[in-house]
Amino acid sequence: MALPLIDIRNEYKIYIMGTEQVYANDNISLKIDKGEFVAIVGKSGSGKSTLMNIIGALDKPTSGKYILNGRDTSNMTDDELADIRNKTIGFIFQQYNLLPKLTLLENVELPLLYAGIKANDRRKRALESLGRVGLKEKYAQYPNQLSGGQQQRVSIARALAGNPSLLLADEPTGALDSKTSRDVLNFLKQLHAEGNTIVMITHDNAIALEAERVVRIHDGKIIFDGTTEEYATEFQISH
Amino acid sequence: MLQSFKLAIKAILSNKIRSILTMLGIIIGVAAVIILVSIVSGYMGQMVEQFEEMGVNKITIFCRNMNTRHIDDDDMYKFWDEHPEWLSGLSPTVTLSSAVIKSGSDNLDSTSITGVSEDYLDIQKYVMEEGRNLVYADMAGRSSVCVVGSYVANTFYGSADKAIEDTVKINGKPFSIVGVIETQDEDNFDEGGTDDFIWIPYTVATKMSRNGYINNFVMNSSDVAYTDDITTALKAKLLDVFKNDRLYNVMANSSVIKSLNESIGTLTAMLAGIAGISLLVAGIGVMNIMLVSVTERTREIGIRKALGARQGVIMQQFVIEAAVTSTIGGVFGIVIGALATKSIGAVMGITANPTVWAVLLSFGVSVAIGLIFGYLPAKNAAMLNPIDALRVD
Repeated sequence: MALPLIDIRNEYKIYIMGTEQVYANDNISLKIDKGEFVAIVGKSGSGKSTLMNIIGALDKPTSGKYILNGRDTSNMTDDELADIRNKTIGFIFQQYNLLPKLTLLENVELPLLYAGIKANDRRKRALESLGRVGLKEKYAQYPNQLSGGQQQRVSIARALAGNPSLLLADEPTGALDSKTSRDVLNFLKQLHAEGNTIVMITHDNAIALEAERVVRIHDGKIIFDGTTEEYATEFQISH
Repeated sequence: MLQSFKLAIKAILSNKIRSILTMLGIIIGVAAVIILVSIVSGYMGQMVEQFEEMGVNKITIFCRNMNTRHIDDDDMYKFWDEHPEWLSGLSPTVTLSSAVIKSGSDNLDSTSITGVSEDYLDIQKYVMEEGRNLVYADMAGRSSVCVVGSYVANTFYGSADKAIEDTVKINGKPFSIVGVIETQDEDNFDEGGTDDFIWIPYTVATKMSRNGYINNFVMNSSDVAYTDDITTALKAKLLDVFKNDRLYNVMANSSVIKSLNESIGTLTAMLAGIAGISLLVAGIGVMNIMLVSVTERTREIGIRKALGARQGVIMQQFVIEAAVTSTIGGVFGIVIGALATKSIGAVMGITANPTVWAVLLSFGVSVAIGLIFGYLPAKNAAMLNPIDALRVD
C-alpha cells in the first residue's frame, strides 16, 4: 500500500498560559491518503485550528510526529517549512487572504514566484489556474473589484497554481452567503473528483457532510473518524 | 530581486506623503554634507592657491640683528655656495619704511620701497614689462637705479615707456628708473596695492636703512623636495650665529601649504561629521517608518510566508524598500546640495564645486543607511510567525 499523504502520530500541541498547560492537541493520530476529501469538524476552541496549522506546516507539534508526503516535518527549520508549504500545500482561507495591492494574476503567481519559477512560465500557469475557476478575463483586476465568492475562487486558483499534493481549506465558506457557499463546495467536490486531496476545516456539520470522511475534534482529541454516512448516523444529522 | 524592487516602488508610491517625509530627512542630510564639505574645501582651496601663487619654492628668513650677533648678505651667499644644488635664487629684502619718495613734485606716500637682489624678480615670479631688471653690477656698484611697479609707472609717469629713463627721488637722491614690471593684480591696481612698489639694489638700501643690517632674506629652493634640508640647515646656521632661536624665524611656503592642507582635512572631516549626524537622524527616521510599515503589513507578511516565502525573501523585500527610499532621497539630496553649493559659492565669491568624494560619500552613506536601518525592521518581518501574522486584521 502506498504511503499516506498525511501521517500524524501521537501529536501534542501544548501552550503555556501563565502557570497552566493547555493541551490544544492531545495525542492526535491521523492518517489521510492521497485522493481523500476529509472534513475536520469541531467547535471553536476544540483544537481544530491548531490541527490545521500542524497539517499546513505552519506550526510544529510540541511532541509527536507529522510526516507529510513521506517527510518528517517535526524538526524542520522555518525555511524548510516554507518550502514544504510552497510545494505541497495549497491554502484556501476563510478570509481569502488575497493581497489587495496585487492584481489577481500577481496574487495567483505568488506561490510560483516563491517556488522560483521563471516569469513567463509563472504567468502561463497562473492564467491557466485562473481559467480553471472561470476568472481568466479578470486577471488584471484587483481583489476589491470582485465579490466575495469571486475572491474565494481566486484564492482557490492561487492554491491550485502550484499543483500541490494537498488542498487545505480553512472554513472556505465562512465568509460567504449560502448560494456562493454552495458554488465553492461544488467546486471543491469537482476538484476532489479530479483526484485532488482535500482537507477542509469547519465548525459546520452541514458543510462537513459534503466531504467523504469526517474527523471530529473535541477538547484537543479526535472523538470521531469515519465516513460521512457514519458521521450522520452517529451524530443524528440529516444528510 | 527585480520583484522586490517593483514591490518597493509600489509600497513607496502607495504612501506618498510618508515616503516624502522620510526622504526629506535623507535629502537634508545629504545636501548638508555636500554643501558644507564643498564650500569649505572651495574656500580653503582658494587660500592654498594664493600661497601657491606666491611660490611653493619660496623660503623666507626673518631676523632681529644686533650689534654683537648678526648675519649679512655674505653669510647667506656663502650658505648658497656651500649647497649650490639647493637654491635657484637668493635675495636680501631691505624695507625702507620711512623713506620720502618724490616724482617731480608728487609725493609717493603709499609706495613701498624695498632693497632687493637681481634674483628677486624670479623669486616673486614677476615679469618685466619694459626695460631691464636690476643686475649684479647694480649691487656691486651701489648704483642709484630702480625698478618700479606698473602702478607707479602709470600713475606718476603716464606709461611704462615714459617712466623708463626718468627718475624718482628717494630721500632727496635721484634714482633712474631702469625697468617697469608687468601689472600683477588688476583688481587691486591702486594706492598701496600690489603694483605700487619700487625696488632698489639691496646694497644701496642697506646704506640708507637706519641700522645698516639686512633683516630679511628670501630664497627659492631649486626643488620642493629640498625644503626640509634647507630649513634645517638654515636654522642650524642661524642658531649658531644668534644662540637664541627667538631672534630669527625660517618660513617655507611649502610647509605652510602642507599644514594648511592638513587643517583643511581636519576641518572638512569635522564638518562632514556634524552633517553626518543629520544623516544618522534621517536613518533613524527610515527605521521608524520601516517598523511602522512592517507592523501595518503583518497580515501581508503572514500570507506571503504561508504561501512559501522564505525568511530571506521577506527580509530582502523590506531591506530593498528601505534602501530604495533612502537612495531616492540621496539622489535628490545630491542634486539639491550641488545646486545650493553653486549658488552659495557664487554669493560668497568663491568657486565651490561639489567634490566628487563628497557626492560619492553621501550617496554611499544614504544607500548604507537604507540597508543598515532597514535591517532591523526587515528582520522583524522575516521572523514573524505566519500563524500570528495571519490572525492580525
